[in-house]
Amino acid sequence: MTNDDAGYSAALMLWFLLKRLATFAATLAAASLVVFAVLEILPGNPAEVMLGDSATPESIAALEARLGLDRPAAARYGAWIGGLLRGDSAMSYAYDTPTFELIAERLQVSLPLALLAMALTVVVALAAGVYAAAHHRRAGDAGVMVLSQLGLSIPNFWLAILLILLFAVQLQWVSAGGFPGWREDDGGGLAAGFAALLLPALSLAAVQAAILARVTRSSVLEAMREDYVRTARAKGLSRRQVLWRHVLRNAMIPVLTIMGLQFANLVTGAIVVENVFVLPGIGRLVFQAIANRDLVLVRDVIMLLAAVVVLVNFVVDVLYAVVDPRLRRTVA
Amino acid sequence: MKRAPQPPGRPKVAGSPSGGRTPSRGGLRGPFRHPSFAAGAALVALLVTAALLSLVWSPYPPADIDIAGKLAPPSAAHWLGTDSLGRDIASQLLVGAQNSIVVGIVAVGIGLTFGVALGCLAAARRGWIEEAVMRAADFTFAFPALLTAIMLTAIYGPGLLTSIVAIGIFNVPVFARLARASANAVWTRDYVLAARAAGKGAFHITTDHVLPNIANVLIVQATIQFALAILAEAALSYLGLGTQPPQPSWGRMLNEAQTMLFTAPMLAVYPGVAIALAVLGLNLLGDGLRDLLDPKLSRQR
Repeated sequence: MTNDDAGYSAALMLWFLLKRLATFAATLAAASLVVFAVLEILPGNPAEVMLGDSATPESIAALEARLGLDRPAAARYGAWIGGLLRGDSAMSYAYDTPTFELIAERLQVSLPLALLAMALTVVVALAAGVYAAAHHRRAGDAGVMVLSQLGLSIPNFWLAILLILLFAVQLQWVSAGGFPGWREDDGGGLAAGFAALLLPALSLAAVQAAILARVTRSSVLEAMREDYVRTARAKGLSRRQVLWRHVLRNAMIPVLTIMGLQFANLVTGAIVVENVFVLPGIGRLVFQAIANRDLVLVRDVIMLLAAVVVLVNFVVDVLYAVVDPRLRRTVA
Repeated sequence: MKRAPQPPGRPKVAGSPSGGRTPSRGGLRGPFRHPSFAAGAALVALLVTAALLSLVWSPYPPADIDIAGKLAPPSAAHWLGTDSLGRDIASQLLVGAQNSIVVGIVAVGIGLTFGVALGCLAAARRGWIEEAVMRAADFTFAFPALLTAIMLTAIYGPGLLTSIVAIGIFNVPVFARLARASANAVWTRDYVLAARAAGKGAFHITTDHVLPNIANVLIVQATIQFALAILAEAALSYLGLGTQPPQPSWGRMLNEAQTMLFTAPMLAVYPGVAIALAVLGLNLLGDGLRDLLDPKLSRQR
């Protein structure tokens, strides 16, 4: 590779990154407009929605003044986005606390849960998928496929309930839900915290792993049919060596894509599963917010979750180009 | 975010139009030799039969409360026993099937109608319209059905309609992407070129050539989205955002059962089995249909 080639390649990568970054920013902006329109403009008068049946003209006027709803929509949107960007969030209506504080507190549960579920998913799916592909058209392959078909059919919240039934009700190894906290002085701690997250993560990971295992399997099978595999075999590498050295790296691209697309499922799945296990995470927070008619908090949590989904897709797009340089040319 | 039209959740999309192939051998009996098609068709038939039967008959009215007979074990009178309010479980399961089918049909219908229209428009017009439709589709993926449902519930309160609309909206980009990708392939065919040369307009090319040729791919995807819709509705009902009492729904039955885990664990098993069987049936049917309708794709797997 000459210097010119390297420079051209770097410029191409930079151009690709800039384009992707612009799309990412535009998507976020559009998402914020949708969230704002649905929660603040669609209901007509948000103050009336938040007060519910107890609303009187005076209480509505008071809440409007408190939330700044008497200002024009554009000004309110500007104030909201400005606040988000400065890290200066609005006050939750029900908790009278900045929404960022509430969210940050709940992320201490939701984030480890998502990461644990993701880790379990990747380990199980890659192992099962590669195993099935290596045993193509044999019993092991069929077994993995049957298991994954079952995994696809079982709702994650039902699996969660079944796990509670088995481990909390029958065996009584763990408690049926709740979260002890990460701090030892509160009766929690690192080990107790992870123990409380293990079953929720497992119920989230099962469905995700079922999908990812299938993708891994077909992707590995596809890669094994390529010419370079025959070449590598011809030059004397064993099947196992070919699998690890050549096939896996090439098979990872579709797997990565699906993982990115799956992330939205993980986020929404976590909302449901947190409610099954009564975990004080983002999912519980948004439900309490609905029960309290706290539109301010609903707005900020939904925005955060949508932003996370968009961000993960952006990261996957970029990783994609890093793994496969050809894509920079075609996708950019 | 330019990517193949994969639906989030189930990455098994038929990527190309099938060119209208139909299974050649065996007539009607042929498809049923395909194991997953046969198993899927049987399970889906069971679901539909349960729903239809419950329209005219169920062992008991599903919402009938009988506190004296609460938490009864399975018996001749109550096949699967009763719940904490003495309602008959079997009747609730039967009537709950209606709910799942209605949600699936309407939510997939919304997705098919708007998604296919947008996708075909994008393929027929290309240029900025295609770009706009695809960007909008990418964008809608930022709002999974649950997030949309939460937003709508915060304003309008929980209900079956809110959950159907939320799931339907989520289905639109799935079908829009798939229809566009498949339609684009049809538009490059020689017979479409010939039709254009003969002066046929884009609308008639779409109705006469494109739609018949992408129908198979859409049917396979619709089956899979139907399964996803049942799962999503069950989750929403479990959370209390979907179907409201007294209308029985499998998701809400699970929610109610969870408070009784220590006393009546089986109540948390039956509705889950019903959901899983319905979803499994639709997934198997989708797999089978894809193999049967598009032999080229099934060989690639």
